[in-house]
Amino acid sequence: MGPSIWQSMERKGYSRRDFLQFCAAAATAAGLGQSGVAQVAAAFEKKEKPAVVWMHFQECTCCSESFIRASHPIVLDALLDVLSLNYSETLMAASGFQAEKSLNDTIQNNKGKYIVLVEGAVPTHDGGVYCMIGGKTAESILQTVAKDAAAIIAWGSCASNGCVQAAKPNPTGATPIYKLVNKPVINVPGCPPIADVMMAVVTHMLVLGQVPALDSLNRPKEFYGRRVHDTCYRRPNYDAGLFVESWDDENARRGYCLYKMGCKGPVTYNACSVVKWNEGTSYPIQSGHGCIGCSEEGFWDNGPFYQHLPSFPGFGVESTADTIGTIVGVATLAGVAAHAAVTNVRKQKVIAEVHAEEQKES
Amino acid sequence: MSTSGEPIHDIFGSNGHGPTEYRRVYVWELPVRAYHWINATALVALCITGYLIGHPFHLLYAPEAYQQYWFGWVRFIHFASAWIYIMNFMARLYWGFVGNKYARLINFIPLKKSQRQEIMEVVKADVLQVKMHGPISTGHNALAAFIYFITFIVFLLQMITGFALYSNMSTSSIPRLFMWAVPLLGGEFGVRFWHHIFLWFFVCFVIIHIYLAFYHDYIEGRGTISSIVGGWKFERVKGDK
Repeated sequence: MGPSIWQSMERKGYSRRDFLQFCAAAATAAGLGQSGVAQVAAAFEKKEKPAVVWMHFQECTCCSESFIRASHPIVLDALLDVLSLNYSETLMAASGFQAEKSLNDTIQNNKGKYIVLVEGAVPTHDGGVYCMIGGKTAESILQTVAKDAAAIIAWGSCASNGCVQAAKPNPTGATPIYKLVNKPVINVPGCPPIADVMMAVVTHMLVLGQVPALDSLNRPKEFYGRRVHDTCYRRPNYDAGLFVESWDDENARRGYCLYKMGCKGPVTYNACSVVKWNEGTSYPIQSGHGCIGCSEEGFWDNGPFYQHLPSFPGFGVESTADTIGTIVGVATLAGVAAHAAVTNVRKQKVIAEVHAEEQKES
Repeated sequence: MSTSGEPIHDIFGSNGHGPTEYRRVYVWELPVRAYHWINATALVALCITGYLIGHPFHLLYAPEAYQQYWFGWVRFIHFASAWIYIMNFMARLYWGFVGNKYARLINFIPLKKSQRQEIMEVVKADVLQVKMHGPISTGHNALAAFIYFITFIVFLLQMITGFALYSNMSTSSIPRLFMWAVPLLGGEFGVRFWHHIFLWFFVCFVIIHIYLAFYHDYIEGRGTISSIVGGWKFERVKGDK
């Protein structure tokens, strides 16, 4: 058995006070609060350092970039220390055969106990040739790694729903992780996901040793249970009917709602307006730009970003369901008018007919 | 001018041979008429508020958000009308099983050959107007009934997508019954898209429906318009032609 989290921290020179601070932060991040600190400390004194492998497939590494910018450095440092990050193409020192060996060793020595963090989608077309590492396809690597994993976390929209790689026409057959493995996958979508959200999900798994409560799309409810729109500080402007009408108008300056500028907040589930980005500095809407819905499935195919209804397929960029509907409505009116004209001609005939009938009867 | 106290049948110009005889038939029972008008009111409210939610315009202006709530009210009217609409529809479904033969839902589906033949006849006489006289049905004609049946299905789809749009944030059980529609339609983008499409179905339906009600009254002259107020329609006694 490997060292416990406390042992490993002690060896690195952290004081007992640091350790307890970390436990408090971890308890908070996992949603346990003050009363849970003792429980967390007890667990970390005994719990073995969990082995973690971080896989990179079809992605841009923005998830990793986001993760290392978590706003609580003490938690992040400790987290990176307590996790045994045995394999990560971006962060590890090893390379080549050494790196491969490290991955294999982790799998062999921690069967059923290690956590897999996956960044990126997996291409499935043409035998998976569009993403290969060390001569192996992404899919075969994923299957090997996932087989004995205790848990799989899909970082970001690529791994959760395919993101830009899976946008139409999806030439490489990019596929989200949950469709490829027959194990429950925790989806943490976003392009990238919020650093603190990523940290909290990992912490939750570490502290409680279990998967956080998930919604129907397997996203942690804690962070993806509410709409950006419903938690937005500009929401009162929406209810008041005060909207930005064009970029940089007076309304934009006043900070009115960006709904009419195509803000996808009303259909996007994320914690941006609560947790915010870059150490709680801001988030897109606060910075004056609408939400693009980056954590929602298919957000690339439901554009443009600056209109709130997706384009109607096959009718050019500008047409939405409502433009098509207006055209169909006007066409209906025209049809009705034409029909009415014909009806009047017919009505004359009907009147003549009735007259003729009357003539006959008299 | 017409104060001469002539007998009523002379107004019909039948020159003493008696007026064309019409029989009064009670077609639309009170629940059907009540359904129609509640439905019409709710539908118009839903279409207008729905369009406004999609395309809010500068209705009122105030510098600060706390000073007004009109968009909130528009949404409130939309949701409240939706509930009235759905409950009313449920009542109509019930009446479709216990009401008179003109209200029975089973008669809305062209299962019988005679109904399908009637549809063809109605298309010739009333849609294309290539035939002078078509079939005269006392209740709905077979084509109209079938279109109402399709409309009922779109009602259901609109209800499902509408509930699905707020199911995730709702704590009440009925909207949450429709959460499955969100992944099915490719997320809330897709749900919203279809909810807008169905709005336009109803707009077109209302245009055609009102027009055809007038059309039938105009060409057949047997009280189509007033029937949805009083319930009676008129049938010619000696075989309506």
